[in-house]
Amino acid sequence: MDAELQNTDRVREAVAAGRAKADAWEALRRFTDARIALGRAGGSLRTEALLDFRLAHAEARDAVYTSFDPDALVKELAAAKIRSVRLTSAATNKADYLANPALGRTLSDASRKALSAMRYSAAPPDLCIIVSDGLSARAAQLHAVETVVPLTRKLADVGWSLAPVFVVPFARVKIQDEVGERLRARITLMFLGERPGLDSPDSLGAYFTYSPNSRSTDADRNCVSNIRHAGLAPTAAAGVLFRMLVLSRRLSASGVAVKDTEAQLK
Amino acid sequence: MASPSAAKDLKQLMAWASPLRAGDALAGVAAPDAATRVRAQRELADTPLARFLSEPPVPYESDEVTRLILDTHDAGAFAPVSNLSVGEFRDFLLSYEADAAALSALAAGITPEMAAAVSKVMSNQDLILAASKIRVVTAFRDTLGLPGRLSVRIQPNHPTDDPRGIAASILDGLLYGCGDAVIGINPATDSVPAMETMLKLIDELVARYRIPTQSCVLAHVTTALEVMRRGAPVDLVFQSIAGTEAANRHFGISLALLGEAREAALSLKRGTVGDNVMYFETGQGSALSADAAHGVDMQTIEARAYAVARLFKPLLVNTVVGFIGPEYLADGKQIIRAGLEDHFCGKLLGVPMGCDICYTNHTNADQDDMDVLLTLLGVAGCNYIMGLPGAADVMLGYQSTSYHDAQYLRQTLGLRPAPEFEAWLEDMRVSSGNRLCEVQPSNLLMGEVK
Repeated sequence: MDAELQNTDRVREAVAAGRAKADAWEALRRFTDARIALGRAGGSLRTEALLDFRLAHAEARDAVYTSFDPDALVKELAAAKIRSVRLTSAATNKADYLANPALGRTLSDASRKALSAMRYSAAPPDLCIIVSDGLSARAAQLHAVETVVPLTRKLADVGWSLAPVFVVPFARVKIQDEVGERLRARITLMFLGERPGLDSPDSLGAYFTYSPNSRSTDADRNCVSNIRHAGLAPTAAAGVLFRMLVLSRRLSASGVAVKDTEAQLK
Repeated sequence: MASPSAAKDLKQLMAWASPLRAGDALAGVAAPDAATRVRAQRELADTPLARFLSEPPVPYESDEVTRLILDTHDAGAFAPVSNLSVGEFRDFLLSYEADAAALSALAAGITPEMAAAVSKVMSNQDLILAASKIRVVTAFRDTLGLPGRLSVRIQPNHPTDDPRGIAASILDGLLYGCGDAVIGINPATDSVPAMETMLKLIDELVARYRIPTQSCVLAHVTTALEVMRRGAPVDLVFQSIAGTEAANRHFGISLALLGEAREAALSLKRGTVGDNVMYFETGQGSALSADAAHGVDMQTIEARAYAVARLFKPLLVNTVVGFIGPEYLADGKQIIRAGLEDHFCGKLLGVPMGCDICYTNHTNADQDDMDVLLTLLGVAGCNYIMGLPGAADVMLGYQSTSYHDAQYLRQTLGLRPAPEFEAWLEDMRVSSGNRLCEVQPSNLLMGEVK
C-alpha cells in the first residue's frame, strides 16, 4: 500500500516535471516565418505543434487535389472586359498530370486545331497570356485574374497587342512554347500554381519566354514566383512583370539577359 | 539456374532488376511486369562482378565519369571478390566475416555499378545491415561518422536570405543540439554578395562562441570560387553532382572544375581537425530530368555520382531523396527504398553518406513516412540528417527532418553528436547526455536573442 502510494507520488512528480516546455527564445520568431522556438515535450514536438504541422500539410495536399474551375476564371476575366479562350492539354486528369509531365507540356489535338484557326484570323500578338492550375488550383483561382487585369491595362496603355487569355487546365510551363509558336506570339507569359509549400498552398508562379518555340528551355525563361497576398502581392507582381516584359521586348530576349533592376530600365 | 529474363544487355538487366519506381517507368526502362523484374534480379544475382568492369552502361569514350570509374578502379582491392557473382557478393556483405575493416579495405575495388547491382537484389533489411557495418569518418572542425554518432546539418533557409531570419533559425538549431554536420544555407539568390554576407554571418557566430562546426552556403561552385578569390571565409565548397558527364554539364560543372574548387578551399587551411572540404548533394532522377541518363536506370546513375564524390574526399555527401517529385519517386514506399539504397551504395563506395529525408506536397507521402526512413537510416548508421525548424523549408517549399527529429533519433538509438560538438553542447549547457537542458535566460547563447 505504502509502495503504491509512493509510486503514485512519483508519477505525479513526473507528470508535473514532464509538462511540455516553451522555448526561452520565442522572441526570435519575429525575424522569420520558419517554425522556430516550437517548444518541446522531452525532445519531441508538443502536441499543438505536431497538429499545426499536420493541418498545414493537409491544406497543402488539398491544394494539389482541389479541382480547377476554368469557367469561373473565364467569367471573372469577362467581367474585367478581358477575352479568354479555354484550351486543353494532353492530360485529362490530375493523376496522369502528376505522373507524366510530358502530357502537361503538349496541347490536345482539338486545341491545336483551334489555335491554328486563330492564327489565320489575327495578326501575331505581342503577348499571349496563359493561365493553368498547375500544382495549385487555388493559386490560379485566387490570384491569376488579380494579376492579369492590372498587367494587361498597363501593357495596353503602352500599345501592346494581346491575344485572348488562354485558360488551360493540367498544363506545365513548357506548353507556352507550343501555344506561342502556333500564334507566332512575340512573348508568352504563363501563370500557374506552384508546388504548394507547407505555409504557402496558394502560391502562383509566372514564366515568360521571348520568341517561344519548341526548342525553348528553362534557361530561355524568366520567372516571378511566390505571387500571393502574403508573398509578392498580385498588383505588385503585375508591376514587376510589366517592367520585365518591357525590357524583354526592348532586348529581344528573355532568360539571364533580363533582370528586374530599376537601373537597367533608366 | 535462374530462368533468363530476356534482357538484351547488362544495362537493361540492371534497369529491369531495379525495384519499381516512377522515374524508371516514365523513362521506359522499367521491367514490363513484376515477374520479369524478379527474373531479372535472379539473372543479375548470377552475373559475375567482373563483368561490370568490361561493360560500362555509359560509354567510356564519351563520358568522363565512366573514365573516372574505370581508370581509378583498384584491382588489388577488388581481387578478393573478383570471382564472386552479384548474389555471392550479397551473401558476403551479410556474413559475420564482412566487418568494418574488410568493407573499408574493399571500397576502392568496388565500382558504382557493382554497388547498384548488389543493392537491387538486397532487401531493405539487407541494405540496413550491410551499411551499418561500414564507417566512413571525415573531419574539418569536428569529426563525423564515428560509431554511435549522428550528426545534423542546420538548414536555416529564408525566402529572401534575410540575415536576421537566418540567424534566428541557426540559433534555434544550436539550442536544440544540432549543427555538428554543418550550418548550411541554401541561398534564395545565387550571387557573390549574398554568399559573402551569409558566410560572414556564420563565421562570426562560429568564432564568437567557438563552435566546433563548419559553414557552407550552397551556391554554385563557380560562385564559391569567386568569393574565395575575394577572400570570403569559405569552410566547405558545395555542389550538386550527378552520375554522368552530360548531367554534370547540365549542372554547369566538370571534374576539373570540382578539382579546382577543392584546391582553392584546401589552400585556405580553415579546418582544425581535418581537411575534408567538399560538400555534395545528389538524388535519384537528376540525370533523367536533365535528359542525360543514357537509358540507364535512376538508381545506377545515382550510384555513379558517388564515384564523382569520393574522388574529392568530401566531408559530407547526401542524397536529397524525395525532393524531385512524384514523377520520379511516387510515394513514401519508393522514397524509403531509394533512401536506403543511396545510403548503402554510398557507404559501400567509401562515401560519408547522410540523407535529406524529404518529400514534396504533390507526392503521396507524409511525415510518418519520413519517421520510418529516419528510423531505418538511424539503425543503418547514417552519418547525418537535415535539421530544419519544424521540418519545413520556408524557402524551398518542401519538408525534411527537424531538430526535434534529431532528438528523437538520438534518444531512441542512443546516438550522440560528433565528439567535439558534444563537448561544446555540454559546455554551453544546451544538452547533457541525451537530454536537452532547460536553457536559462543567462545562457551565453541567449545573448544573441535581442
